[in-house]
Amino acid sequence: MAIEIEKPSVGLSKVAVSETHGEDSPYFAGWKAYDENPYNESSNPSGVIQMGLAENQVSFDLLEKYLEEHSEASSWGEGAPGFRENALFQDYHGLKSFRQAMANFMEQIRGGRAKFDPDRIVLTAGATAANELLTFILADPGDALLVPTPYYPGFDRDLRWRTGVKIVPIHCDSSNNFQVTPEAMEAAYRCAESMNLKVRGILITNPSNPLGATIQRSVLEQILDFATNKNIHLVSDEIYSGSTFSSSEFISIAEVLETRGYKDSERVHIVYSLSKDLGLPGFRVGTIYSYNDKVVTTARRMSSFTLISSQTQHLLACMLSNKEFSENYIKTNRERLTWRYDMIINGLKNAGIECLKGNAGLFCWMNLSPLLEEPTRESELALWKVILNEVRLNISPGSSCHCSEPGWFRVCFANMSEQTLEVALGRIHKFMEQRRRN
Amino acid sequence: MEFTRNNNRQLLSKIATNDRHGENTPYFEGWKAYDSNPFHPTQNPQGVIQMGLAENQLCFDLIEKWLLENPDASICTAEGVDRFRDIAIFQDYHGLKEFRQGIAKLMGRVGGNRVKFDPNRIVMSGGATGANETVMFCLADPGDAFLVPSPYYAAFSRDLRWRTGLEIVPVDCKSSNNFRITRTALEEAYEKAQRSNINVKGVIIANPSNPLGTVLDKETMRSLVSFVNDKSIHLVCDEIYAATVFGSPRFISIAEIIQDMDCNRDLIHIVYSLSKDMGLPGFRVGIIYSFNDDVMNCARKMSSFGLVSSQTQFLLAAMLNDEEFVGNFLRESSKRLAKRHHVFTKGLERVGISTLKSNAGLFFWMDMRPLLKEQTVQAEIELWRVIINKVKLNVSPGSSFQCSEPGWFRVCFANMDDETVQVALERIREFMHQGKEEDGVSEKSKHWRKQNLRLSFSSSRLYNESLMSPHMISPHSPIPQSPLVRART
Repeated sequence: MAIEIEKPSVGLSKVAVSETHGEDSPYFAGWKAYDENPYNESSNPSGVIQMGLAENQVSFDLLEKYLEEHSEASSWGEGAPGFRENALFQDYHGLKSFRQAMANFMEQIRGGRAKFDPDRIVLTAGATAANELLTFILADPGDALLVPTPYYPGFDRDLRWRTGVKIVPIHCDSSNNFQVTPEAMEAAYRCAESMNLKVRGILITNPSNPLGATIQRSVLEQILDFATNKNIHLVSDEIYSGSTFSSSEFISIAEVLETRGYKDSERVHIVYSLSKDLGLPGFRVGTIYSYNDKVVTTARRMSSFTLISSQTQHLLACMLSNKEFSENYIKTNRERLTWRYDMIINGLKNAGIECLKGNAGLFCWMNLSPLLEEPTRESELALWKVILNEVRLNISPGSSCHCSEPGWFRVCFANMSEQTLEVALGRIHKFMEQRRRN
Repeated sequence: MEFTRNNNRQLLSKIATNDRHGENTPYFEGWKAYDSNPFHPTQNPQGVIQMGLAENQLCFDLIEKWLLENPDASICTAEGVDRFRDIAIFQDYHGLKEFRQGIAKLMGRVGGNRVKFDPNRIVMSGGATGANETVMFCLADPGDAFLVPSPYYAAFSRDLRWRTGLEIVPVDCKSSNNFRITRTALEEAYEKAQRSNINVKGVIIANPSNPLGTVLDKETMRSLVSFVNDKSIHLVCDEIYAATVFGSPRFISIAEIIQDMDCNRDLIHIVYSLSKDMGLPGFRVGIIYSFNDDVMNCARKMSSFGLVSSQTQFLLAAMLNDEEFVGNFLRESSKRLAKRHHVFTKGLERVGISTLKSNAGLFFWMDMRPLLKEQTVQAEIELWRVIINKVKLNVSPGSSFQCSEPGWFRVCFANMDDETVQVALERIREFMHQGKEEDGVSEKSKHWRKQNLRLSFSSSRLYNESLMSPHMISPHSPIPQSPLVRART
């Protein structure tokens, strides 16, 4: 047995010892509570119901049905002749058939109102990687990206951790349904300047996480104008684009560019993924679509660090190039999400809770500010703990999304069965009744 | 101010506009020559044979057989679809337990069952490419450096430096002692760095070596461990070619070395992958195995940027936990690599070309120093152009691996079928005989110098998947072939 010698502590990198990975935030404490006591209809009916996870579980049957009916997607052909080519394929351009299928899928989601060139699609292992990669390309360490609040908590890690880039928030509030305004963008830009930070771009999520709402065309125009005037980039994370309840309500930045004849499009980059729309987060399918040739080339080279498994590219190329399947999927998925959304909104209304009017996503943005002792973050977290420990629902407090107004919570509804959602709504109802009585 | 194309360079980051992606080196001429004129036994028998790609194509039949016998390993077949939704949703960065167990078992087996690897220490990454980069992010800050014994894998320049901002300090190894890594060379490189105020954070080695194809001996490995202990710096061992070893000496994992040594285990980190040992580069299976808890935890969080597709994890879990299959695969693979290696090296020997004695990797290290007009990189590149242009073989010049001695070439042998092997050998034979017809080595050199050394291609071929065949695959060609649509402004 080796004798233990005195171990001088050896330095790791600054990145390694920083906390920018974000996992020490209270947001993750909710995960812990769920992991330790997860709800199960039969075996643990009083456990914590997970409503903090933006997953789409409502349309798996459609995928399974496709697989059962299309064996060519599941194998590499009779006797597996395509296997070796596929197993060897590590070209960072990605399978052309897959890029073609993704371009078509993105077009279908936008009702054909925008065209996508498969050769501008760069593949990454998830939108997580896509957002980080774009940040490496568009900004230097110490520079800043402007991001409207409230925003996806993962951005703190994805945009900042290894890149050394900072986020300067564009504050939005309920007075206008949390829409971005030119004034708010200017204020954020000035704030960055006052901190001596060079702003390199603005990153929006459309439809928004956590708001569950699409960005209006007029606002998109203002954002694009702002980016043009400041000569900065515009990244539009459209990961929830297929989860809009009605096709016509989602306007992609691609459509705005189309109307403008693609003037100034070289500053625009779109991020997409199949993790939400297709409910396949495990498959790690992310894409970057850039109108800037140099960004496409560089992103493609960088994607070497985070390619999509060729096995998965092959499967999805088959699946998504089947027009009948993809059209039906998009339509049916929309209908089911709308149904779920209506169910939760009505259920919350009956309990006396209002939500932001939403039209997309896998969650709703719930307003519990009337319940706060004081309009502070501390009060919000106290209320959150009560909901976690007493009502036994893991929902996400607005502060974890950097919301400047306390009292808002993101509540996911697509990652459970309808029965579980009923149970959750029942618990909320009971909770609100008890509060009214006290 | 307008966002014109002129301003483009300033509007992207420094990382985006520097050359550390590595694609602007002359090295890529070889790729271009191959891509524009790829060998095919019937369709293009005069084309360039790809010998610059370290792929293992010798054992696909074994895997294909296993796949057909195990349809439930795929979540998309009738037999496996009941697992589809659980796997499709699974994005936990710990990875599927069965996958980690399979990898740990494989690593143990490949190391001769002398070490047990803990499945809970297995961390995923986007291929070994992603693994090496992630480890660097964990261990060093921008501006810090890692010592890298040369000759080394060409893409380390990109993987270790590009986004991390690190520097590489090469540790020169020489043919006079078969390119062994000596303590002296390490110390020299370290001191040189110190004098230039470069902060060295560690050493990274590849064992088995790319491009040498040799395994490290125990003594060298112990010397490395004691070196890093003395300096309190890290040791990263890229063991990606571990199972490509045939014959002796056997592969020794760094994990085995530290079992019998007093050392600070927090300094030791292993990178592994299935891209070479199992021939599955498309599946992007990179593994980080660190003995340092903080590094393991950090790398695991970072793996969010490059997780292995859960569909692929599931398939490989089934395959790697089939111990009979794995045992048979490793044995057969070794055998076939040995045979291929033997055919080539003996064939070369017969025409007077010597190679570094090796028993691992998917390539051998060929000594063409006698054929250089002078011992310079320039002469090496000239000779290389002749080999590509006249002999029509895409081999890799030693300078692309930062070899300090000109005249060495890496030649890959496991990415082609037996017929192509014979064609390649025949071309080499012819080439050497031509040379022998004139007097002596220097005549040979003069003969080539008179040739038109400019590369010339037939019409360029656009990348087209439908033309791919086992003979013509160039999936890793870094040449951007897809024509980009110009943005309309």
